[in-house]
Amino acid sequence: MFRFLRDHGIIERNLILMGVLTLITVSIGGLVQIVPLFTIETTIERVEGVRPYTPLELAGRDIYVREGCYVCHSQMVRPFRDEAERYGPYSLAAESMYDHPFQWGSKRTGPDLARLGGKYSDDWHAAHLRSPRAVVPESVMPPYAFLDRPLDIGAIEAKLKAQRTLGTPYTDEMIANARADLEAQASADADASGFASRYARARQGVFDGNPREVTEMDALVAYLQMLGTLVQFRDVTPDQVRQQ
Amino acid sequence: MPTKIEKDSVTGRETTGHEWDGLKELNTPLPRWWLYLFYATIVFAVVWMILYPALPVTGLHGVTGWTARGAIGPELEAERAKQEPMLARLRAATPAAIAADPELRNFALAGGRIAFANNCAACHGAGGQGAAGGFPTLADDDWLYGGSFEDIHFTITHGVRNGEDPEARGIAMPRFLADGILKPDQVGDVTDYVLSLSGQAADAAAAGRGEALFAENCVACHGEKGEGNREMGAPRLSDQVWLYGGDRASVLRSVSFAHAGVMPAWGKRLDPAIINMLTVYVHALGGGE
Repeated sequence: MFRFLRDHGIIERNLILMGVLTLITVSIGGLVQIVPLFTIETTIERVEGVRPYTPLELAGRDIYVREGCYVCHSQMVRPFRDEAERYGPYSLAAESMYDHPFQWGSKRTGPDLARLGGKYSDDWHAAHLRSPRAVVPESVMPPYAFLDRPLDIGAIEAKLKAQRTLGTPYTDEMIANARADLEAQASADADASGFASRYARARQGVFDGNPREVTEMDALVAYLQMLGTLVQFRDVTPDQVRQQ
Repeated sequence: MPTKIEKDSVTGRETTGHEWDGLKELNTPLPRWWLYLFYATIVFAVVWMILYPALPVTGLHGVTGWTARGAIGPELEAERAKQEPMLARLRAATPAAIAADPELRNFALAGGRIAFANNCAACHGAGGQGAAGGFPTLADDDWLYGGSFEDIHFTITHGVRNGEDPEARGIAMPRFLADGILKPDQVGDVTDYVLSLSGQAADAAAAGRGEALFAENCVACHGEKGEGNREMGAPRLSDQVWLYGGDRASVLRSVSFAHAGVMPAWGKRLDPAIINMLTVYVHALGGGE
């Protein structure tokens, strides 16, 4: 039995046979990874509310990636009872369709952040990022007090354009107003009517408590406060969530 | 290419037949049990792919029709159905009535503890001890908006200055220095007067000048003797409990730039039964009125 498995000497002595079999093996590995991507559109649910990130949120998201938040925090509420009870409705594919790259993460040293938005105040987020143990004594998160430095917004238009290249539907108007929208969102009293019309459900405010300048803290807190708030789960019907 | 398979005299096993500069290798195949287990896993995987969703092709999502999303709904409903008789009673009763009924009270305290740990502990601390920088202690009897069952229930339901609930508590304190209401030296005088209200060391002359300014600008909310006002959520200034610090620098900063703590409107996020449970739990933390 399985005698043929021991006769690999035949393959090893035949260069062409070896080459053909290698090609077949590598092709199978490649197809298994690539073919599912052709059907990825069918996994995106038809829920309403998911929009491209505002320029400030996008900048905050870049800081989230830069600081490696995903190493300890997931953004993926799995469809398990314990997770739904703790965090809220399970995550939808549609909620990360404008994520390039997605931030699902693979490990939780800290809690999941997919439903974080609106759960705590801006003040708490800023205080917690500056010194986690000042508000949560048992926390093992490192401090990020250095985020209270000016946000580099020089490349914000380019960032939106790069996202558009990857498939996020930023309009020319959004790109042209990127810098103004970023500054409008980070200040409590700026006229933000244009901003509000471009980005639904985007909250305006002084996220870090310092109205004098737009900091990296502003951007990161704006991003965290948006997480999980775009889809209104009370209005979602089962049919919208069904994957094709 | 195996040239000469020999029997090794020490172990009694065959060699592989290869020889490298006089070195030979024993042919030690994988244990049979391991090999068959390996084949079994392959068979298992194939059966699994037939039964459960594994292939991203419509119509090939597994013959059982099982999905994780399909399974969680009934699971949550079944669990909810078990709790529902109790939750319905908790929804119908007032927090005060829940606290008076031993059975409901036990359930509310147990469930409230879990809900508190999940939603409230980040700001208010795991035991309601609060945190410096504007996160109030809930385990004492010093309340910004009142510590009765009704007051706690209202605060949890509508939150504080969150901009999402029109009934949210709290008004904004003026930024006396930043908005140009008081001059820098006047802010210093008021600060000294505020420190004197709680019996702290203060410059007597400055406090004397600050008294009139306090009467003019602060008493409407904080009261004539700094006793505070729960209608406004204006903290008592005549005690030793400070939300944003009671040393001179902290008070000076509070008068100059003000603080406006925010709490979400949990009525928009949690079931009314959970809010009632939280009310009973917070009331029992130590300072319920």
